[in-house]
Amino acid sequence: MTNSKTKVEAPRPDRRSFLRATATAAGGLLVSLYLNNAATAQEGVKPEQIPPQPKKEYPPDAFVRVTPDNKVVIQVNRLEFGQGVQTALPLILADELDADWSQVVAELAPAADVYKDPLFGIQMVGGSGSIAHSYQQYRELGAKTRAMLVAAAAARWNVAPDKCRTASSVVHGPAGQSLKYGELAAAAARQPVPKTVRLKEPSEFKLIGKKVKRLDSRAKCDGSLKFGIDLDLPGMLVAVVARPPVWGAKVKRFDDRAARAVEGVREVFEIPVTRGGTGVAVVADKFWPAKRARDLLKIEWDDAGVERADSAKLFEQYRQLARRAGLSAAARGDAKAIERVAPADLLVAEYEFPYLPHAPMEPLNTTVRFDGDAAEVWAGSQFQTLDHAAVAEVLSLKPERVTFHTEMAGGGFGRRAVPDSHVQRESAAIAKRFKGTPVKLVWSREDDIRGGYYRPMHVHRVEIGVGRDGLPDAWRHVVVGQSILAGTPFAMMMKDGVDNSAVEGVNDTHYAVPNFNVSVHHPQVNVPVLWWRSVGHTHSAFVMETLIEELATRAKMDPIAYRRRLIRPEPEAKKLLSALDLMDEKSAGWRNRLPKGHAVGFACHESFGTGVACAAEVSIRNKRPLIHRVTVAVNCGLAVNPLTVESQFQAGVGFGLSQLMAGGAITLKDGVVEQRNFDTYVPPYMPDAPVAVDVHIVPSADAPTGCGEPPVPVISPAIVNALTKLTGKRYRTLPLVAV
Amino acid sequence: MAKYQLNVNGERREVSVDPSTPLLWVLREDLKMTGTKFGCGISACGACTVHVAGVATRSCVLPIALLGERPVVTIEAVAQDPVGRAVQDAWVEKDVVQCGYCQSGQIMSAVALLKHTPKPTDTNIDESMGGNVCRCATYVRIREAVRAAAQKLK
Repeated sequence: MTNSKTKVEAPRPDRRSFLRATATAAGGLLVSLYLNNAATAQEGVKPEQIPPQPKKEYPPDAFVRVTPDNKVVIQVNRLEFGQGVQTALPLILADELDADWSQVVAELAPAADVYKDPLFGIQMVGGSGSIAHSYQQYRELGAKTRAMLVAAAAARWNVAPDKCRTASSVVHGPAGQSLKYGELAAAAARQPVPKTVRLKEPSEFKLIGKKVKRLDSRAKCDGSLKFGIDLDLPGMLVAVVARPPVWGAKVKRFDDRAARAVEGVREVFEIPVTRGGTGVAVVADKFWPAKRARDLLKIEWDDAGVERADSAKLFEQYRQLARRAGLSAAARGDAKAIERVAPADLLVAEYEFPYLPHAPMEPLNTTVRFDGDAAEVWAGSQFQTLDHAAVAEVLSLKPERVTFHTEMAGGGFGRRAVPDSHVQRESAAIAKRFKGTPVKLVWSREDDIRGGYYRPMHVHRVEIGVGRDGLPDAWRHVVVGQSILAGTPFAMMMKDGVDNSAVEGVNDTHYAVPNFNVSVHHPQVNVPVLWWRSVGHTHSAFVMETLIEELATRAKMDPIAYRRRLIRPEPEAKKLLSALDLMDEKSAGWRNRLPKGHAVGFACHESFGTGVACAAEVSIRNKRPLIHRVTVAVNCGLAVNPLTVESQFQAGVGFGLSQLMAGGAITLKDGVVEQRNFDTYVPPYMPDAPVAVDVHIVPSADAPTGCGEPPVPVISPAIVNALTKLTGKRYRTLPLVAV
Repeated sequence: MAKYQLNVNGERREVSVDPSTPLLWVLREDLKMTGTKFGCGISACGACTVHVAGVATRSCVLPIALLGERPVVTIEAVAQDPVGRAVQDAWVEKDVVQCGYCQSGQIMSAVALLKHTPKPTDTNIDESMGGNVCRCATYVRIREAVRAAAQKLK
């Protein structure tokens, strides 16, 4: 989420954590890594708060179970919502375990301390950190489990363990003996857990670094996979909530006579909703009667004293703010240099970005059953630790009395990582009224589109002084946008009032500018905001990469050569430069032979430790960009599953196009969101997406970095840079209403 | 409430629901067939696509009272048909899915396309699949999988 350029080393288990093996009732082997560290036992502890560890940071818990019928069941300590972690983490573990991949079963782990992210200190998905943070952890778990199975076999054969070898879930002995893992599971459980274990050399990998297909494909193609919204429990009820039209407004009075008359409706009552507001919950035996009843409610709202945000007015206010310096986010060289630039050498650019909804395909939902002294929760959550604690708080239970199941989620893009857990709080408040009965809260698409928690709107104002060599000599950059972190448990990550997630991608740019000044204003607005896949890079990369291409054009230099010249020759820029070089090489064939009416645009950007460069071939059809081809090059360190990396980039650039769509914005008028569903907030459909995307991975043995978010930032500027070549216009306001 | 006799995936089913209930919710909540997904409720995303008398139909806006005698085929049974099977296999072969939530609808749209247009052009694909949102934007692979399925069915 933030600190996206922080270089993370693959974490290793702490000395105080230890493996514990127990025989399961079924006679299988259960290996669990138990943490014994006070720092991570607390909720919400941030990496920087964790005292320095003797062996750096340590991983959270995880376990693997070998069943007597030779299956290897691996717990995934993350939410799967498309990014492929439910395949990637098991394949890492299975490789070191020498498991038969066809017998591997992956399960999403419930909320528990042992599954917390070793660096973030809570159980979560975010910051494209799943592989980066858990690579070492899952390897060691696999290797230690393997060592225990080998020890069990060696004991049975009375041979030395190092005379045994393993392959495809079988231990082979020196005299040609062999035993399946399943046959050894019970005996292996009685073996001590090795303190240290040898990990494979990359040359020994059988799965890591190979193209491995997803484990969840078939079930997602035949309708059998159950997402959170598909949950069906005996006696379960379904709830919908009528929320105030403006955040923070309260129900003054409501008439529910017509609503209660709908057959199947059980109860209608007021509940607290986000930002101090209240809403009316309708609980019925099924969704349709609940929704029909909600439509029949007559609610009078009390919005006295509630701020009514308005996009047009906010942009006006933001533009004014952008004309003066804000809180410093970067300062190099002479801050006054920009003021001495001659008008002819000065480039001034102002950008506007709207609020953006995540709109994951699976509408938000959570099921809670409150049993009085305990509760059970089912949620597709990116923040299990926080959502778990929130439900416990609403139900006045100790967290250990609340069982929290992680459900497969239909997309998220940040929307299921909500610091205030507002969906789970609503869900718990409703379930509290129905002791012993599970209640599933469902948000309709309208609830989602109008519900807030958007990527914040931003204004960037940039003044650039261009030197004689055509390179920027002075750069003054002011960003205006709400802080995502302020007012949340993550506010402690802010430094001197600066929320780095608003300026990342600008203040840490690899471009060398001698006199460089970045500042930020964080206005407070009555609109809940949230990280949207790639967070600050959604807008910062657009600004940086359109300006760099504009500067290259102004200098009459090749845009790729210009970037190469401007990127600081330092080790930290290695990933970006290598991606740029590879993109240059792979796109050279087509980009120098473009048909008439087509143009190529470029962009390169590093985020979450991953360097990305892209070239896009674009023409114009019906005043819209038609994207013929995109070449992407990526340096994400070791690509654990190159097939997933390719998929993430092929599709991730499509997701990134969301912000170019003509209807790709949330706007507010007098406090009320003007869009309501996919008819008015329009995401990319197939004809909007690139026809072809070829992805090239820079070969690397470096520690793996993320691929969930890094595809998003590069595509919009690349497309717009191509459009500018075709039309001569500059596009500084998103969405792209007309070309 | 009213009683309706339905033909779903070749089986006779009876439900007792309000006449306004969309087919989507009858499938999901009365027949417990959750492979058909709720995405928008206004036929703008295609996640709820099923075949009604062989036609790709948005089940979220089809009130059960208007279904009549027409047979319904859902993602749960589409593999019983060779085209359906080929499309599902192509989806798995091409590793299309990410979050997977829209893919039931994508597959149902693709099967309807290939039944009527066995050799689709890229324009045919865009037109038939152009109403199905994939928020992960797996469109490049969806296109590849449609082409691969068409190839296999030749």
